[in-house]
Amino acid sequence: MRFLPLIFKNALRNRRRSFLTISSLALSICLLGVLTALYAALFHSSPPPGQELRLVTRHKVSITNVMPTWYKERIRAVPGVKEVIIWQWFGGWYKTEERDRQYFFPRMAAEADRLFAVYPEWEIPEDQKRAFQADQTGCIVGADLAKAQGFKIGDRINIRGSFFPVNLELTVRGIYHSPHESDSLWFQFKYLEQGFESLGWPNFAGTFTMLAESPEAIPGIIRAVDAMFANAEAPTKTETEYAFGLSFLAFLGNVKMILLSICGAVTFTILLVAANTMAMSVRERVREVGVLKTLGFTQEKILGILLGESMAISLIGAGIGLVMAQGLCVMLRQAPPIVQQTKTLTIEPAVLAILIGVSLLLGVASCIVPAWSAARTSILDALRFTD
Amino acid sequence: MKIPLSYNLRNLAVRRTTTIMTAFGIGLTVAVLAASMSLTAGLREAFRASGHPLQLILMREGSGAELSSQVSRESFNEVIRYRPGIAKLKSGEPAASLELVNTINLPSKESPDGMNLTNRGILPEGVAMREDFTMVRGRWFEFGKREVVVGSDVASRYPDAGLGRTIRFGRGEWLVVGVFDTPFPARKSEVIGDANQMLQDFQRGSLFSSVLVRAEDEVAMQALTNSLSAEQRLQLDVLTEREYYERQSSSGNLIQYVGTFVAIIMAVGSMFAAMNTMYAAVARRSKEIGTLRVLGFSRRSILTSFFIESMILAVLGGVAGLLLVLPLNGLTTGIGADATFAEIAFQLRVTPEVALTSMIFALIVGAAGGLLPAFGAARKQILTALRDM
Repeated sequence: MRFLPLIFKNALRNRRRSFLTISSLALSICLLGVLTALYAALFHSSPPPGQELRLVTRHKVSITNVMPTWYKERIRAVPGVKEVIIWQWFGGWYKTEERDRQYFFPRMAAEADRLFAVYPEWEIPEDQKRAFQADQTGCIVGADLAKAQGFKIGDRINIRGSFFPVNLELTVRGIYHSPHESDSLWFQFKYLEQGFESLGWPNFAGTFTMLAESPEAIPGIIRAVDAMFANAEAPTKTETEYAFGLSFLAFLGNVKMILLSICGAVTFTILLVAANTMAMSVRERVREVGVLKTLGFTQEKILGILLGESMAISLIGAGIGLVMAQGLCVMLRQAPPIVQQTKTLTIEPAVLAILIGVSLLLGVASCIVPAWSAARTSILDALRFTD
Repeated sequence: MKIPLSYNLRNLAVRRTTTIMTAFGIGLTVAVLAASMSLTAGLREAFRASGHPLQLILMREGSGAELSSQVSRESFNEVIRYRPGIAKLKSGEPAASLELVNTINLPSKESPDGMNLTNRGILPEGVAMREDFTMVRGRWFEFGKREVVVGSDVASRYPDAGLGRTIRFGRGEWLVVGVFDTPFPARKSEVIGDANQMLQDFQRGSLFSSVLVRAEDEVAMQALTNSLSAEQRLQLDVLTEREYYERQSSSGNLIQYVGTFVAIIMAVGSMFAAMNTMYAAVARRSKEIGTLRVLGFSRRSILTSFFIESMILAVLGGVAGLLLVLPLNGLTTGIGADATFAEIAFQLRVTPEVALTSMIFALIVGAAGGLLPAFGAARKQILTALRDM
C-alpha cells in the first residue's frame, strides 16, 4: 500500500499514453457492458412481478396458425388455471401501409369481460373499464402508447386489416398503466368475431392467455394443456408469457451466439490494447527497474508495482466505461422494443461485478509477461539496457 | 526526397510484438464489421436471386406476405387465369399457378425444439412453372397422394425431412419422396406437395394463398400488373417476384445495425490503440528522426513516412480481419423471415464489396490513428530530436 503514490505517479508519467489507453479501454468496456447487460436481460432474467403467473398457449407451429375456440373451456378445467381468455394478435396498418416505425404498435383483440382478471396488475379507472366493456367497438390503450401517439379518451382510431381482411373503427374508452408493458392497443374479440362472421370464416383463436393460481402450478399446467391437445387437430405449445415474448427473438437468428461471439471479440481486443501499452511502458522502464533494485526493492515488490499500475489503468478505464454503458442502456430503453426486456435494460450488480473482475484480470494478464521479465532482469543487465 | 518504404517495413518487423498486437486489434474490429456485413450480404443475395424476372406474385391487398393472403379458386379460374399476356406452358395451359402457403414446424439441427418452415401446396401448373428445379434425389410428388418434396437446404438442416422419411404436419403424415435443388435460394427452404391434399389438412375450404403468374414479356408484365391491380373484383396487390423477395430481406437489417454500431465503437477503441503504438514509435525513434532530418529529408517526407507506416499497420489489420471472417463464407445458417414466420436458409457471403468496405474501414482507423503522431514526428526540432534519450 505504501507504493500507491508511486503507482499513480507512474501511471501518470506518460499522460498521453495513459489517456489513450484509458479511452480505448473505456470504450471497449462500455461495449462489453451493454452487451453483457443485454445478454443478462435476455437469458438470465426472471419475469417482472405481475407477469410470472401468466401463461400463453399457442398453436405448436406459430401464432399465425390458429386453434378452435372451444379449447378455452378445456383449458379452464385444468387444475391450477385461475382464468383464461382468448387473445388474438391483429396487426394491421395504422395510418400508413409502409413499415413505418412511427405508427407501429401492437394491436390485440381480447375478451373484454375477463381481460382485467388475467392482467390484474393493470391500473385503469373503474369507469373507463366499464365503458370499454360496454362498447363493442371500444378499445383501451397503454399509457406509453397514448403518450407517443397522442391518443385521448374518445379518440377514433381506424386500423386497416392486413393478416385479417377486417377493417376496424375503434373508439378509445380507457388508458391503462402497467408496470412493464404500456404500449399496446386492446380491443374486443367480439368485434373481430363479427368481422370473421361476415367473411364466412369459422371462429378460431390465435392464443389463449391464462393466469395460474400459483407459481408452483405452472409446470403442471404446461404439461396438462399440451398433453390434452397433443393429438388434436391443432397441437399446442404452452409457455410462460415471459418465454413467449422471448421466442420472437429466435427470428433474428441465433442471438445468443451472436452476442457471445461479439463479447469474445471485444474482450480479446481489450486484452491486446492493454497488453500492448503495458509492454511499451515496461520496456521504457527497464533501467529504472535496475535502479529500484539497487535501492533494495525485491523482485516481488517490483512485480507488484508494475501489476498495480496496469490494474489501476484498467480499473479507471472500466469505471469510465461502465458509466458510459449505463448511459447507453438508458438510451436503448427509449428505442423501439423488440422484446420488452430491453425496456428496463440496466447494468445489474452482478454484471457490474463480473465486468470489474474481467477488467482486473485483463490488467494482470496484459502486464504479467513484460513485468515478470523486467522484474527478473539482473541489476547489471537492467542498468545496461538501452531501448 | 522520399524515405524508402523498406525503412517502415523494417521498423514494423523489428517491433514484431507491438505490430502484431496492434494489427490484430484492428483486425478484430474489422472482423466484427465484415461478419455482420457478410450476413446481410448473404441474406440479400438469397432473396434477390430468388425472383424470376418475368414472374408476378398476386396477393390479397394489404396482406404483405403470401402467408397472410387469401385468393379463392373461383376468382383464380374466372378472373386471373385466362388473362391475355400470360405466357403459355408446354401443355398449352397458361403459366399461372394457384398456390397455398402455410408454415409447419420441424426440429432442425440447430434448434431441436423445432423451427418453422414454409410449406407450399401447388397444382400441376405450379410444377410445370418450376422448370428451375432439379431432383437431386428421388422424384416429384404425385398428385392425390400424401407426398412432399423438400428443398436441399431442408434436407440437410432438418434430419427428420430426409428422403424416405415421413414428417408430421397438418392432419397427419407425409412421405418425403424427393429432394430438389434450384438456383433460387429462398425456394430451397420449402416443403412442397399437392395443394388439394393440403387444403383439407389446413381446413382452408377453397381459399388458396397466392397466385404466381409468368408474363410473356416485359411489356405484357407491365400490362398485367396494371390490369390486375385495377381489377375491382379482386382487390389484389401485384408485385414482381423480385420485389416481393427483396422486401423479405429486411429481417437482417437489425443484425447489420447492431454489427455496425459495435464495429464503430470498437474502431474508435482500436484507433486509440493505433495512435498509442504510433506515438511510441515516434518517441523511440526520436534520434533517428533527427538523423533523417540532418541527412536532408524534409519534414513532409517524415510526415508521409510515419503516416504510411500507420497505414501499413492498418492494411495488415484489415487483412487479418478478413482472414478471420473468410471461413464464414459459404456457411449456411437460417433466419426467420419477418413476414412469413418461417425460416429461410442462406449462406454468409464475404463478397468483394464486403471485403472492400472492411479494408476502407481499416484504413480509416489507421489514418485516424497515425495522423497526429506523424505530425508530432514531423514537427520535431533537429537539435532536440538528436539530444533525446
